[in-house]
Amino acid sequence: MNEPDVDLDLALEHGLTEQEYAQIIKILGRTPSFSELGIFSVMWSEHCSYKSSKRHLKTLPVKGPHVLQGPGENAGAISLGDGLAAVFKIESHNHPSFIEPKQGAATGVGGILRDIFTMGARPIASLNSIRFGSLADARHRFLLRGVVSGIGHYGNCVGVATVGGETQFHDSYAGNILVNAMSVGIAEESKIFLAGAKGVGNPVIYAGSKTGRDGIHGASLLASSEFDETGNDKRPTVQVGDPFTEKCLIEACLELMSTDAIVGIQDMGAAGLTCSSFEMASNAGTGIEMNLDTIPRRAATMTPYELLLSESQERMLLVAQSGKEEFVCSVFERWGLDAVVVGKVTDDGRMRVSFEGSTVVDIPVDPVAASSPELNRPSKEPEDLGARQSLNLSLVESESDPEAALKALLSDPNLGSKSWVYRQYDQRVQGNTLIGPGGDAALVRVKRPDGSPTTKALAISVDCNHRFCWLDPEKGAMAAVAEAGRNVACTGAKPLAVTNCLNFGNPEKPEIMWELKKAIKGISIAASALGTPIVSGNVSLYNETNGTPIFPTPTIGMVGLIDDWADAIGAHFKRPYQEIILIGTDRFELGGSMWLAKMRGIESGRPPEVDLGYERRLQKFLVLSGERRLLSSSHDISDGGIAVALAESCFGLEGCGASVTLNAESTLEECLFGESTGRVLVTTDCAEDVLSLARDSDVPAIVVGKTGGERLKISSLNDSVLIDVSVAQLKSVWEDAIPSRMDPEE
Amino acid sequence: MFAVIQFPGSCDDRDMWFAMSSVLAGKCSMVWHQESELPAGTKGVLLPGGFSYGDYLRCGAMAQLSPIMGAVKRFAKSGGPVLGTCNGFQVLCEAGLLPGALRRNSQLAFVCDDVHLRVEKRAEPFSSRTEQGAILTLPIKHGEGCFYASEVELDLIEQNGQVLLRYCELDGTISKASNPNGSLGSIAGVLNKEGNVLGLMPHPEHAVEAAFGGTDGIAILGSLLDMARSA
Repeated sequence: MNEPDVDLDLALEHGLTEQEYAQIIKILGRTPSFSELGIFSVMWSEHCSYKSSKRHLKTLPVKGPHVLQGPGENAGAISLGDGLAAVFKIESHNHPSFIEPKQGAATGVGGILRDIFTMGARPIASLNSIRFGSLADARHRFLLRGVVSGIGHYGNCVGVATVGGETQFHDSYAGNILVNAMSVGIAEESKIFLAGAKGVGNPVIYAGSKTGRDGIHGASLLASSEFDETGNDKRPTVQVGDPFTEKCLIEACLELMSTDAIVGIQDMGAAGLTCSSFEMASNAGTGIEMNLDTIPRRAATMTPYELLLSESQERMLLVAQSGKEEFVCSVFERWGLDAVVVGKVTDDGRMRVSFEGSTVVDIPVDPVAASSPELNRPSKEPEDLGARQSLNLSLVESESDPEAALKALLSDPNLGSKSWVYRQYDQRVQGNTLIGPGGDAALVRVKRPDGSPTTKALAISVDCNHRFCWLDPEKGAMAAVAEAGRNVACTGAKPLAVTNCLNFGNPEKPEIMWELKKAIKGISIAASALGTPIVSGNVSLYNETNGTPIFPTPTIGMVGLIDDWADAIGAHFKRPYQEIILIGTDRFELGGSMWLAKMRGIESGRPPEVDLGYERRLQKFLVLSGERRLLSSSHDISDGGIAVALAESCFGLEGCGASVTLNAESTLEECLFGESTGRVLVTTDCAEDVLSLARDSDVPAIVVGKTGGERLKISSLNDSVLIDVSVAQLKSVWEDAIPSRMDPEE
Repeated sequence: MFAVIQFPGSCDDRDMWFAMSSVLAGKCSMVWHQESELPAGTKGVLLPGGFSYGDYLRCGAMAQLSPIMGAVKRFAKSGGPVLGTCNGFQVLCEAGLLPGALRRNSQLAFVCDDVHLRVEKRAEPFSSRTEQGAILTLPIKHGEGCFYASEVELDLIEQNGQVLLRYCELDGTISKASNPNGSLGSIAGVLNKEGNVLGLMPHPEHAVEAAFGGTDGIAILGSLLDMARSA
């Protein structure tokens, strides 16, 4: 075995700092071996250690009566009652997807699914939040195609329905796209598995795909540094996914976890075998002794360094009850998967790894895993913040043709139909999809692990308004939490808990740290106020290319519960002659709006206010309306304002139009396209009951019009017609938003 | 009793079982692909959708070599009803139990959507609960569902009345626009010559409950259950 000598230069090449290298020598009392250096470099990378964000993440609210498992495990878990739990998490795969969109996105889906079934939950639904540069750029058409086909390829093949998400476009993502994947699973509350290597003497078992040379340093070098022109050189750090193996792993693991053979389980994600074994030992306060000669491998000549750092996909590390190893291996073998005993749990708190008879790693577990560096990076308000937030509306040309503006907004790929995207995803498998992609939130029935149906359903939404977050990260993050909650409540479900994916630029820049800290503060404030704790999440930093960062993008995944899915409410107008009621207050806020950005090319101002006390009352009102079956539809007003929300409500299968009168005390554009938060359009046959419930709930409500006809007509109080256009026409521009920008020849 | 064959990589196996047993109150059991015999008393065989063996090599090519397929072939030869949906359809073509083949969708992308289908004939055991000319709405979700056969084969299929379902408009018109994958003759479901083996790209098992994609799938699955109950 011929390994390079370790010195400071080699440590720096591994992305470690001089201080960190000194710390390693202190911990070991000697110079690390090459393999040990590799281990420290991945375990202490930004991606694995959260060193820049850790101290700030500690401020997030993580507790609640229904929380079974908060952050720190593979995924969060909440109780759904009746002994059932929802297990969920969102995670980024931004950098790999920019370099190799199909495999990058596919392995992002694979990774998040493993986080879910590792907890003993069957994944039932996937969502995603993906962000690109402009579709006018051929590269971003290529990236969109690749990412969507990767998400579909993996999700479809493992048999988990992709039920929702968001697809957004903005130039700030031109050099660094975002691919955030979320998955939700169902487990029995009493059978949630954790990643602990408990029980001295218990066998450690490796299962799944063989280990290859792919993905080495994916976590440390690819995910934990920014991009420049050499991005393509990093392509070999992207892993290649095999959803077929994952599907077999899901079935084999769930089968095993229904027995008493498994003590602890962890998937090999970022930093592979190293991270998983350290985490398992650290969580249980034990040690692990492992023999690398037994690891199933793709290339005979792999070195210990490569075996320890490989990020080959679809691999699991399990600790089984002593004596059950044959049974465990036999189940994996029946599913056509490799499974071998590679070591055992020890009691001395050390990680000892041998290779061809010699010890290549011998280090204490805790200083590497639990006591990884924690930084207090400096933060500073960006100098251009004042410029971002200043907006003089008197200098903005007012809207002279609202109908044309509405069409232009609907034809923008940010607001247009995303069916080009989600038609490539299996939305139906497992047979639980009540509301699929395209609504405010997805709604998915809960089946018990034995396959029997329940009346419960989960509402799931993924949201972030990146423009709001750029203008004011704290308020933008609050708005994201509030909107995700509102979207869930619009289906009639009670929002329960949050998972978040914090996508930001380079944390070594004080301005980026400021954005990150502000966003975390905003999430904390909103999540506390709404009673929806954060149970899992992921931080993705260094999202910039050549020094240009993305807009701060704290993506919020919200999960809510509806006890009887028969009470659920859809987003589209259902029938003619129903009353349309506007819930909430229009504060005529145009700052950061889609109209300003699209029609005037202005991305500045203060984003709309968020009234969290009101949001909580609104959520209660919507849930009660659902339970009392008062509403035929409810739809959140967000990007593009009330005009866009009305149009979207008309785009159901029924194609029902509407006639609405708005109180235009303000300018036309503020009234039609302003984005004041907390507003919902509902339809009903019993307006009196809805208005009375609204009064009791202390939420403003006013009848604004009626459904019916084949046109969308919006008038102002003085009877002047602002918009009068056929729904079919609007729908056709909206449907064409993405297809018309994709070149079929590409 | 119905047997749902479970290959590694099957995805809709549990859904087929759920539709047949939990929703439609039939008897149904899962049969692992390594078995060499069907359970005693099997009245019908269901090959589910999914990605058997990851669809590597060619969709269905590996699955048709699984030990259980010998028993499925014998069952089909003896006249027993066999229904393959999506990947199951691909397996049946690969196994030579159905004519033709499924190619990559003409638009070269996976497609998930509800489609309208015209019932071309009413016959046991697959369509006794519906009528010739009836329009069903069922979901499709596949990347390789473009039905293809040589001209000679296609003529024979048509002459023998082996087409059970065609993609169509809501009013039953056959058109290019309503054909989601470029299938020849807009064929969505095809029978063997004897009429006891059916391959479908649409998924009847995902349309058996009103709130979860409608109930038109019962026209097919219910027909099978009627046959099993009367036999």
